[in-house]
Formats: sequence, structure tokens, C-alpha cells
Amino acid sequence: MSQPPLLSVEDLSVEFRTRSGTVRALEAISFAIARGETVGVVGESGSGKSVTAYTVMRLLDDAARITSGRIMFGGLDMLGADAGTLAELRGRELSMIFQNPRASLNPIRRVGQQIADVLLRHANVGAKEAGERAVALLAEVGIPEPSRRAKAYPFELSGGMCQRIGIAIALACRPALLIADEPTTGLDVTTQATIMDLVSELGRARGMATMLITHDLGLATERCDRVVVMHAGHVVEDAPTAALFAAPRHPYTARLFAATPRPGLALSEISTIPGGLPDLRRDDLPPCRFSTRCDRRRDACDAPPLPRVTHQGRLVACHNPL
Amino acid sequence: MPQPAVSAPVLDARDVCKRYPVGGGGLFARGPVPLLHAVDRISLTVGAGETVGLVGESGCGKTTLTRMLARLIDTTEGSILFGGDDLATVPAARFAGHPARAAIQMVFQDAEGSINPRFTAFDAIAAPLRRLNGLSGAPLRARVERAAEQCGLPLTLLGRYPHQLSGGQKARVGIARAVATEPKLLILDEPTSALDVSVQVVILELLAELKSRLGMSYLFVSHDLNVVRLICDRVLVMYLGRIVEEGPAEAVFRAPAHPYTRALVDSVAVPGQIREGPRLRLSGDPKSPIDPDQNACRFHGRCPRGQDVCGSVAPPEVTPGTGRRAFCHLPLMEHA
Repeated sequence: MSQPPLLSVEDLSVEFRTRSGTVRALEAISFAIARGETVGVVGESGSGKSVTAYTVMRLLDDAARITSGRIMFGGLDMLGADAGTLAELRGRELSMIFQNPRASLNPIRRVGQQIADVLLRHANVGAKEAGERAVALLAEVGIPEPSRRAKAYPFELSGGMCQRIGIAIALACRPALLIADEPTTGLDVTTQATIMDLVSELGRARGMATMLITHDLGLATERCDRVVVMHAGHVVEDAPTAALFAAPRHPYTARLFAATPRPGLALSEISTIPGGLPDLRRDDLPPCRFSTRCDRRRDACDAPPLPRVTHQGRLVACHNPL
Repeated sequence: MPQPAVSAPVLDARDVCKRYPVGGGGLFARGPVPLLHAVDRISLTVGAGETVGLVGESGCGKTTLTRMLARLIDTTEGSILFGGDDLATVPAARFAGHPARAAIQMVFQDAEGSINPRFTAFDAIAAPLRRLNGLSGAPLRARVERAAEQCGLPLTLLGRYPHQLSGGQKARVGIARAVATEPKLLILDEPTSALDVSVQVVILELLAELKSRLGMSYLFVSHDLNVVRLICDRVLVMYLGRIVEEGPAEAVFRAPAHPYTRALVDSVAVPGQIREGPRLRLSGDPKSPIDPDQNACRFHGRCPRGQDVCGSVAPPEVTPGTGRRAFCHLPLMEHA
């Protein structure tokens, strides 16, 4: 890569201090997103996908501590930046859409105003122009009768419509990076497809990069240039989408894929992943957090450090990859 | 591999309707009260040992239909034949005392929300046995433990409350509670949608095993077409209160005849498989279910293949293949 990436996360570790111990939610994760690229972050619940997103947005809870690492976004050191700089950045250069579209909107404010709020804050426009641009954005995200819908409250709109509003808010200032955290979970399959079409089309038209957090490997296959696989706070594999699914190298990726129902497979041909996630509060977590569930484990797996090997644009964190 | 059912159906629902009056009415209202047709003349059967899938978008009436079949709400019209009785004649409020109550059980979508947080796993599984089978003491304990064992729930977890259980364990409690009364028909409403794939497979395998072991039939409601395709013998596709297509699951998903089914199948991304060819995409929202035009296809206006006739004549039944039905003027009849 000749150009520096738009977003680079290097060696990032995040802990949460709780009453029952310190949860090592992310440990030394690294990945990068280039301008205009769509990168999927996949993994099961508890793998650290959302913590990664919230850390990049610098929206972490007070209980969280970033214990190591660096996040560079368009040349800015995100971990060193002050609150004012971050507030300028969020909504303008860096935006997010959330899993539950209705809950992420203000229930007692008209949706047109909620879009206009972002423009008033960041785009240096007056109230009248912000209102007009909000209506134009509603049309752009495919909402019929935009000037009438602008006056609606979230409860008057369907889930799919609310997610379109969320996208309009996120894209109002033409951000360089959109973080989409399970944007279609809970929506109907037909709505899922149109929402993702919208994100892809607008992303392409604006040269916007997208970080798509999902547990749906189908979505990742269809929408992403590259996929980052997470397990228990580690990035276990990072590869171009086609290469990843054609031949997964990390045993967890292979297991996750083998556990996913696909047309043409019978139930007996789908295998489970034994065991569960390790307790991330333990002090004696093994270097490889998948080792207790892994059928390719060797003695070397118990000895630190966990290798992170990059070969031909693919990263695999495993002693004994496939 | 799924086997087609041959014997008499366990459940035979005929022309089931649910209409809700909306707005209007009142002392000075003129004309008839507008009616919301949530379920409009649906007929379906579930054969012995069969798993029937029910798919469709939210708002299409899936939930209303399953609630009627589970006899949690009353039907407006139609009959529900089950074990020789027409259950539609029994008011929902009195159905709890009917012998068929134990024979039709339900597994709910949200295992967390459907278990009383102040009940232990034992209490949750025991509740239907106490109420419907009148068990108590040692026989009750034995039945609860058997149900837990059948569902792979360790007996040591029976004393725990829902918040002390994992998602997969809660799903097992929900299933154990439903199978404890040894039902003939299990209605499963998105039983795995909240679970991670690694847990989902285990639960689907459990359901497949329980079905053959306990001789049950399943009505399986799901959004996840990949899962429906995996475990269902037959599938029913619902749109706005009507069944638009039905048939053997694999045949329907491989070569859908109804444009709506095609759009549903096309919306699903297949893991690890880059899609070839164009997709059928839907735009807009479904029509209003309030007083729908009986002389028009419900999908008209949203259907990419729609023509004038679809808006003025009710769609005819077509037979795209063995055991299949679709209701469409312009079905997709290219077969594999």
C-alpha cells in the first residue's frame, strides 16, 4: 500500500474494570482500513467487535481503559486528541450507524430536525438551508415524500425507515469513514438488502470507507472487500473476502464458517464449535484464546507470544494455521 | 434428509381469518367499521413428523397466525382441526383447560423474555406440568429432570435463575418447558434468532433429535431463510395475511414461482459465495392490510412483474411442481 491507510489501529488493548474483575476486552489488535474500502469485522457475541468500534469512535464507557496501542485516523492520533477535536471529527469525518435504529434516534424530535442538527453543528449552514438539505438527504436515502416525512417522529416510521434516517444523519456531512454496527440486524431480509444497497451505493459515490460490524457471514461475503475475524478480543485473521472464505487459515474462521447454515448443506454437514469463549477476567488467559476450543492445538500454543503472521496480504494469529 | 409426510395431518387449519376492527365505529359512525385483515383465509396442514416453515416479512401476519394456531387468541373465522376436534370453537380464554393445551406447545423467540425472571429453570419447566398434568412432588421432579435431560440441560443448572444462564442454556429451558408435556405439535417462533451460530447449530440439532425421539411435528417460524431451508420439509411463504406460495422447501427456494418468494430468496446473502446474476429487488412498503381489495393481488404495486390484471383480478392458483402451489398471474415458471 503506497498511501497511508485512512484508519489504522495498532496494537490496541482495552480493559474494563468491573466489580468482579478486569475484563481484557481487546488485546493487541491491529488492522487498517484504506480510503473507500469496505472492511467487515465478524465474530460471535463477546468477541470485541463493538468495543473496537466504540474505541475508534472514542465513545467508550468510563469503566474502560485503553492500556496500549495507537489509532491513527487521517493523520490524527485519535488517542491523543482532545475532546473538542474529537467532537469536531465525529459526525463530520467519522460517523456511525447503530444496530437498533429506532433506539438510536431521539424519540421526541422530528427526524428532519435530527438530520438538520448535524448540519447546523458541522456544516456551517443556517437553519433554513439545514432544513432544506435534510429533506434532500431524506430523498437521497430513498424515503418517499421526504418533505412530509421530515416532520415525522421516529415512532411514526418503520424500522427500515428509521435506519434510513440513521444513515441520512451519518452521511449528512460526507464522512470519510462510516462505522456500521450490525446495521441490519432485526430488519426484514428484503429491507436488509435495500439498506445495504443504499450504504454500498452512497459509499461508492462518495469514496467513503465503511467498517461493517456483523455476525452475518453472508453479509460480509457480499459487501466487504476484506474481512477481519475476531475471537475473544483478538484479531485472529484478516484477509481479502474471497480468499478468506475460499480457504480460511485460522482454525476459528474455518469453524465459524463450517457452523453457518448454507444452501445445499444438510444439518449433519454443519459442525458446531466446541466449548465457549474463555472468561476474559481470568489472569491466566492463554496466549491463544481459542486454544481450549481448538482441535489443531499443539504444545507451542501455550507459550507466549501469540504469533501474528502476515503473508500475501493476509494476517493469521496462529501457531498451527490451516 | 427430510421425508415427506404420508399419514393424516396433525394439524389441519382451514380458511383461518383474523380481522381486527380499527378506528371508526362509535355512536355516530356511518358505514361499516374498517377491518384490518391480519390473517386472511389461510389453510395449512402440518403432517405427522413434518417440519413446516413459515416465512414472510414482519407485519405479514405470521405471529397472528401462530398465536391463533397455538390457541392464544381467537379466530374470526375458520376451523383448526387437531386430534379430531375443531379447536377454533374453543374460546382462547378457556383453552387452558382443554386437553389439547398440553398437546400444542410453543417455543418463543426471546428465551430471556419468555421465562419469568423470578422462576428458576426448574420452576419454568415445571409450570406447565403442574398446571396441565396436575403433577407435584416426586413425579413432577422426575418429569422436569427428564425434560431437562432430553434437552441437554445439566441438572445442576435447574436451580438457577434466567440471568444466571447463558443464551444457549436459556434456549434449552424454553424448549424443555415446551416438550415437558409431550406435545404433538410444537410451534417454534424464531427459536435461534438471538443465538450465535455456534450455539444455533447445537439447538437446531437438538430440535431435530427431539422431533424424532418424541414424535413431534414442528411449525417453524423464522426470518432466516438459510435455517428454514436447512431444517424444514415444507415451507409456506406469507405476504400481507395470505399464503402466496407453498411447497417442498428445497424446491421452493431453488426455483421460486412467486415473485415475492424470489425477492426473499434473492435478499439472502450466502456465506462464502459471491452472487452471480441480477437480483430481484423490492421497493416500497406493503399495502395497507385495512380492508384490502379482494379482487387484487396483495403484492400488486410492489411486484416488479406486476401488470394491470394483477390490480383487478385475484391471482389464480398455479402448480409450479409436485406438492407446490403459488398464487400469481405471472409466476416464474423456469424450473431447475
